[in-house]
Parts: sequence; structure tokens; C-alpha cells
Amino acid sequence: MATISTNEFRNGVKVILDGDPCNILENEYVKPGKGQAFNRVKLRNLKTGRVLEKTFKSGDTLEAADAADVELQYLYNDGEMWHFMSPATYEQYTISKNTVGDSAKWLKEQDVCHVTLWNNNAIDITPPTFVTLKVVDTDPGLRGDTATGGSKPATLETGAVVRVPLFINIGDILKIDTRTGEYISRGK
Amino acid sequence: MNISHEANKINSYLLLRGKIFARIRSFFARRCVIEVTTPLLLPTTNPSPYLNNFSCDGLYLQSSPEFAMKKLLATGSGDIYQLCKAFRKDEAGRFHNPEFMILEWYRISFDHHDLMTEVEELLRYTIKSPQAKRRSYQDVCEEFLKINPHKTNIKQLKQVAQKNNLVVANLDNNPDTWLQLLFTHVVEPKLNTKYPIFIYDFPKTQAMLARTRQQGKAQVASRFEVYYKGIELANGFHELNDAQEQRRRFRHELAQRKKLNLPSIPIDEEFLDLLPKLPNCSGVALGVDRLLLLASGAQSLAEIN
Repeated sequence: MATISTNEFRNGVKVILDGDPCNILENEYVKPGKGQAFNRVKLRNLKTGRVLEKTFKSGDTLEAADAADVELQYLYNDGEMWHFMSPATYEQYTISKNTVGDSAKWLKEQDVCHVTLWNNNAIDITPPTFVTLKVVDTDPGLRGDTATGGSKPATLETGAVVRVPLFINIGDILKIDTRTGEYISRGK
Repeated sequence: MNISHEANKINSYLLLRGKIFARIRSFFARRCVIEVTTPLLLPTTNPSPYLNNFSCDGLYLQSSPEFAMKKLLATGSGDIYQLCKAFRKDEAGRFHNPEFMILEWYRISFDHHDLMTEVEELLRYTIKSPQAKRRSYQDVCEEFLKINPHKTNIKQLKQVAQKNNLVVANLDNNPDTWLQLLFTHVVEPKLNTKYPIFIYDFPKTQAMLARTRQQGKAQVASRFEVYYKGIELANGFHELNDAQEQRRRFRHELAQRKKLNLPSIPIDEEFLDLLPKLPNCSGVALGVDRLLLLASGAQSLAEIN
């Protein structure tokens, strides 16, 4: 197994900490005037997304994580497994409902997602930042109420429910920011 | 436009650097301290297990000019200073560079408090720092760690580390290692002051090349460090000139190196032979790159190197 020493810890280096793959975000070298040096390291657990801070004795090593970030195209799901394909290699990947988690509500066939693979298994998935989805259900728009004013819920083709302006109708195509789940604009 | 902006930045930094170097030299000229130059490549070096050396063809690049300058002092040089490069492998970070500039000087018949006064004067003269404060190592440990560092034990230190959410794998059971962990992670962030702050009288087990003495009920090392705006700037000793005690410390460090699987380093016998002739003196090494960083307002050494 390849190991990585604290002085090679750099932003983007992936290591295994307590059994989980982690991405190194920051590494600060701390040394008393004379004596033992330490590295104060900020890492993101790639499985849980949690950011943690850890101090290491300088020169200590961690196992390298065979993790890679890839772009995969979403194909379809069967309720239990979500199926993806690499547009580069045409290799197919199946990702469990659990791993897809909340991202499922933004996934439309053929959209390209950012996926973290560890030992060639997907452990994390990020939908495209902006998606365009069709409205399948919402209360009728009120006449005269245009650009300003209140909002109402709308159900999109993927099942996601977002707050939209009152003038939006069933069949409209909307642009949504998946980081916040907010309506951005009407698309084409 | 961008190129000329960048050129202006480099130019103004070089001017500042030149000005500070000139001030350092005039500071010592006025005090009749002589500038010396000692070899950078040496057949032996400081055996501290916490210094990682560059070596080639059986020679070491110096980790500091300390031994060479003390040999000069022992042969009658009088007060001396040196501005030179020093090298420490693997030390890289915001405030560390494996190759860096040291200002080291020695003053005969000064004790460490006399030298702290002179370091403060140098800081005021070179980078216009405000009046400094002095606190003992024990005093800051009592305030920020709630322990007496001269009377503590490994069990208590581990408890304090736990209280401060410090978990470090593979740390040995040497109390000094844990004190250093707590000092760098808990105390140092509190030393981020707008004035220089001297920390003096370290535990006797962290004496390095300093004398130790009885202070109240505790044995302490006559050693100091100075912090300014959270950056450790310098380390000074009231210099040990007891060759027997120095040999004992070297042997202890070599034994630690062996335990840590680090390469052995030949003892500098010439240094130990001359040590009894070292006059009563104090010496200090100051990180010049950090001084320039403070003077320029940069956030990391990478910005100014």
C-alpha cells in the first residue's frame, strides 16, 4: 500500500483516516522553537462530507486512498440502484439509493454528475450545479400578478418541490440551483 | 500593466529588505559587535532529533551557525554576529522554509535577560516594534494550561490535551513532547499580541545548549523565545560552557535519534574541547525572513521569497 507522509499532505491529496477516504483541504506546519514538529490538517471525509481537523506528528504517514473524481452521465434508476455511465470509457456504474441520497431529486436522464470513486466504487455524488426541469404540478398562476410578489410550491419532473414565482405554469421549464434548491429563472 | 505592478511590488520589497539588512548592520556596528562568516558545509552538525539535515559527500549543510560561532568565541573573538543561510530539511509551511536566513549573535557577560533587552532594542530599531513584555514559561502555562510545567507529569499533560480536544496518534510518553504539543496548539495562539512578548526560563529538559539553574523550587533552563504577532521570531540561551554536561546532552540526543531510527551524527569533539574556554555569554538566533514578513505585512513566507 502506498503511504503519504505529512510533508506531502497538500490540498487535493486523498488519504485513508480511520478507515474512511478523506480529501486534504489544508495543512499547517507547526513547530516549537526547539522540539517536536506537528502538522495541523483539515480534511473532508469523502463518505460523509464532514470536515474535520486533526493534528499529526510531523513525518507520520497515512495510507493513500485510491480515490478519484470523475464525471458520469446519469442513465436511469430502478428504485434501488441508480445507473450511470462514463462518457469517456462507456463503463457503467451502479450507485445505491443510499449513496445517491438527496441528490436523486435533481437527477434527469443524461445529465452529467460529479462522482467520487473509491476503489472504483462510487461513494459520493454531486448533481450539476444548475439543472433545467419541467414543472409537472403547481397551482394555476394568478392573472395580473407578474414578476413581483409571492411564491408557491411547484413539483418538477424529478419529484423535487421548489418555491417558484406565482406566474409559473405547468409545463414551464425552470432553471434551478441544486446547491440551494432555489429557482433561478424560466428556461427554454 | 500587471507586469509593472508585479515589478513595483518586488522592487518595494527588495528596498525594504535592503533597508532592514542595513539597519541590522548599523545596529551592531554602533555596539562594536563584529560581523563574522563561518562555513556553511561542515563535517558534523547539531545532533538534535528534531533537526533534519541536508547532507552530501559526508558533509552537512548547517542547521545554524551556533557551534562554529562558539568556537570563535572560545578562541577569543569577543562579541560577534552573523547573517547567513541555514538549512533544515522538511520544515516547510507558512512560516517555515527549508532554506532560511538567520541572524545569530553572542554577547559576552550578558545573561539571558540582558540579551532579551538587546533583542527588544534590535526589533525597535529594525521594524519599529512597540515596547515588549516578558513572561516566564511557568506563568503562561499556569494561565493557559492550568498546570505548573516544572512539576507536571505525563498523565496530567494527556488530560489537558484531551480537555483541549487534541488527539495525536503515535506520540511518545515524553512529557516534553506533550508540553510542546500544548504550547504550540493552546498557548501560542494566545501569544498573538501587538507587542513582542518574551517567554523565558523553559523546563530544564528543554535546555538544548542553555545553562540550567535553580529558580525557586524548580530547575529551569536560562533560555528564552520571543513572539510577535503570533510568530516565533527568536530563540536565545545563556550559553552552557560545561563540556561534561554538554556531552551528556549530546549522548542523550543521539540515543533518541537511534530510538527514532534517525541517522547518527558524529559528536563535534572540537566543539566540546573548546567549550570550557567559552566566555560567560548569551546568544540568540533570529529568523530574518519572519522579521521581513512582519515588516512587509505579508501573510506567508511564500509571498516574500
